[in-house]
Amino acid sequence: MASHYEAPIRKPLVLGDKGYHNVSVDIARPVEGKANKQWWIVFSIALVAFLWGLGCIIYTISTGIGVWGLNKTVNWAWDITNFVWWVGIGHAGTLISAVLLLFRQKWRMAINRSAEAMTIFSVIQAGLFPIIHMGRPWLAYWVLPIPNQFGSLWVNFNSPLLWDVFAISTYLSVSLVFWWTGLLPDFAMIRDRAVKPFQKKIYSLLSFGWTGRAKDWQRFEEVSLVLAGLATPLVLSVHTIVSFDFATSVIPGWHTTIFPPYFVAGAIFSGFAMVQTLLIIMRKVCNLEAYITVQHIELMNIVIMITGSIVGCAYITELFIAWYSGVEYEQYAFLNRATGPYWWAYWSMMTCNVFSPQFMWFKKLRTSIMFSFFISIVVNIGMWFERFVIIVTSLHRDYLPSSWTMFSPTFVDIGIFIGTIGFFFVLFLLYSRTFPVIAQAEVKSILKSSGEKFKALRDAGKPLYAMPARGKIVEVDMNETEVHDAPVPEMAPAGASIGKLLSSIGSFDSSSQTPDDLKKVKGIGPLMEKTLNKIGIFSFLQVSKMTESEYNLLDSITGSFPGRAQRDDWAGQAKKMIN
Amino acid sequence: MASTVFRALYDDDDILMHAVKKLRSEKYHIEEVYTPFPVHGLDKAMGLADTRIAITSFMYGCLGLAVAITMMNYIMIQDWPQDIGGKPSFSYLENMPAFVPIMFEMTVFFAAHLMVITFYLRSKMWPFKKAENPDIRTTDAHFLVEVSVGEDEEALKELLLDTGAVEVQVPKK
Repeated sequence: MASHYEAPIRKPLVLGDKGYHNVSVDIARPVEGKANKQWWIVFSIALVAFLWGLGCIIYTISTGIGVWGLNKTVNWAWDITNFVWWVGIGHAGTLISAVLLLFRQKWRMAINRSAEAMTIFSVIQAGLFPIIHMGRPWLAYWVLPIPNQFGSLWVNFNSPLLWDVFAISTYLSVSLVFWWTGLLPDFAMIRDRAVKPFQKKIYSLLSFGWTGRAKDWQRFEEVSLVLAGLATPLVLSVHTIVSFDFATSVIPGWHTTIFPPYFVAGAIFSGFAMVQTLLIIMRKVCNLEAYITVQHIELMNIVIMITGSIVGCAYITELFIAWYSGVEYEQYAFLNRATGPYWWAYWSMMTCNVFSPQFMWFKKLRTSIMFSFFISIVVNIGMWFERFVIIVTSLHRDYLPSSWTMFSPTFVDIGIFIGTIGFFFVLFLLYSRTFPVIAQAEVKSILKSSGEKFKALRDAGKPLYAMPARGKIVEVDMNETEVHDAPVPEMAPAGASIGKLLSSIGSFDSSSQTPDDLKKVKGIGPLMEKTLNKIGIFSFLQVSKMTESEYNLLDSITGSFPGRAQRDDWAGQAKKMIN
Repeated sequence: MASTVFRALYDDDDILMHAVKKLRSEKYHIEEVYTPFPVHGLDKAMGLADTRIAITSFMYGCLGLAVAITMMNYIMIQDWPQDIGGKPSFSYLENMPAFVPIMFEMTVFFAAHLMVITFYLRSKMWPFKKAENPDIRTTDAHFLVEVSVGEDEEALKELLLDTGAVEVQVPKK
């Protein structure tokens, strides 16, 4: 079909000999399998860091903001630095899923799910900081415009800090529904593959009963497109508004009109670096090298290189404008950044953000996985320093030289920051074990145009599909929805043993007796009930007559859960049910 | 259900598309098609009407904008006008530039969330909703077409198998 055509020059996005079913199997594998040792080690470390951070947060709230390293000159430091850093990281997810969707970039499909997950988890971290910083977080609802007991005391809609509240919460909630809507068909895939009843229940709940009708898909695609259209200006607005927190003030070094675009570019820069860090690890741990290919890494490196260069231009523009403005306070603020006591922070920022991405001009380097990973870490460090430089170096030498001072963080500042990193990784690691980490439905929709298997077929001039051997007619009971339970276990040696089993516990006469709800017996689920019904067991009376030998017969027939019936004492339970 | 249906399972989207077109040209009524991923052009081939969900989103966005304007006009201008930074709050229009960010955010908030809620309800999706796809393979790698049976059952069976169905499910007698 013409719609599957893609120029032969484009490299395949899905490697290997993959058909539609292979995609399901590969994506479901990390969810269905067991966590390995490395996962547990990393998870434990992250959990410890998170708990440590939680302790520091509790200490801060119970004692007061005084436990931080702030002083009367530097009255805003790590809290807001970390906030901006995390919000910035949160930008790549929506950028990848929304902007790249509008540009019809197919390579986004392998990475958008994880990038959006990262967005949500990092915005959660960011949101913690303003709430902790309130000092009395139980009064956080005061930022909402709600009628209150203080007369007509409303929130101030002229304040960028309030705009931030609205921007961040809109961003978080819209990203969340965007993510979840995309997840529904993938949860449904896992639901329909699940064998264990508990897994099936959970994924049924998570998938909201996704069914995959043609109309659902039509709406799904339209909703995704409109959400992408809405999320694109939204993602640009969020960091714009974050930058207003600074840009609308009159502090030299903050009072800059270039802040909004410069913050947005920096946010995309750091977000892509974090996606790179996470996905380079994940593709290895979850065996997803066929989906997150070196080409994906290379493309992300190019985005990092471009946004890094935009950030570099912004740094230089800032310096130029400071000189050109002729305002000596402004000029000093920038001179002090580069040559004052915080010169090391400034030059770390410059090295990490402006120089290091320039290596990506070399194809050999940007296609090297190890090097990409290294640069992604460097960029994240650099972007943290950028926020630190903007915030602390602009404050520490204010208009009054007698109050000039330095800022040094206390263990609480550090602990809370480490704690949010731990929390972030806890969430991401849990996600990587329970969620479909690649948008498999979307990947399937591009498989014929961009999969290696189908590209090879097309290049060879062969058709993309072969008519299957003539199918078969199957008679099914259409009114029963049994298909939604897992396939009933094969009953191979049936016949004889079933007869033997029924002869000892008595058969069920459907004309004179009514079947009991066997699920009331602990250990019999809907699945097992179905199996029992198939054998011919419908009543508690029959179950109550079961003994050791009948249990063994049953196990040999069903082949599932050997010994289960003895352990749960089905016969004993059934006896109680009868009485 | 008054009319009986046959369910034909296909294992390829291209074969499915040809089958759907063939069935429609033979004047069979396609009740429903279940697919594991969006098959582009399927809605047109089935003759489904375009979705109007984008229009609802636009209306929800307008509602959000109206709510934002009403709310901030009441709070900042009517109920308790303050002089902030030498800019007195006498008229909404003159103070509007400061309200643009919230007007934008509320527009997006309403448009996005209400559209998604509309989508979930129209497609009957919510927590604890039971899935209705008739065969679990349709979320993995199979495409299922439900066709209502006309007078000639055998002809339809033959036709479905001819179009490349790997399995045709017919009701139990």
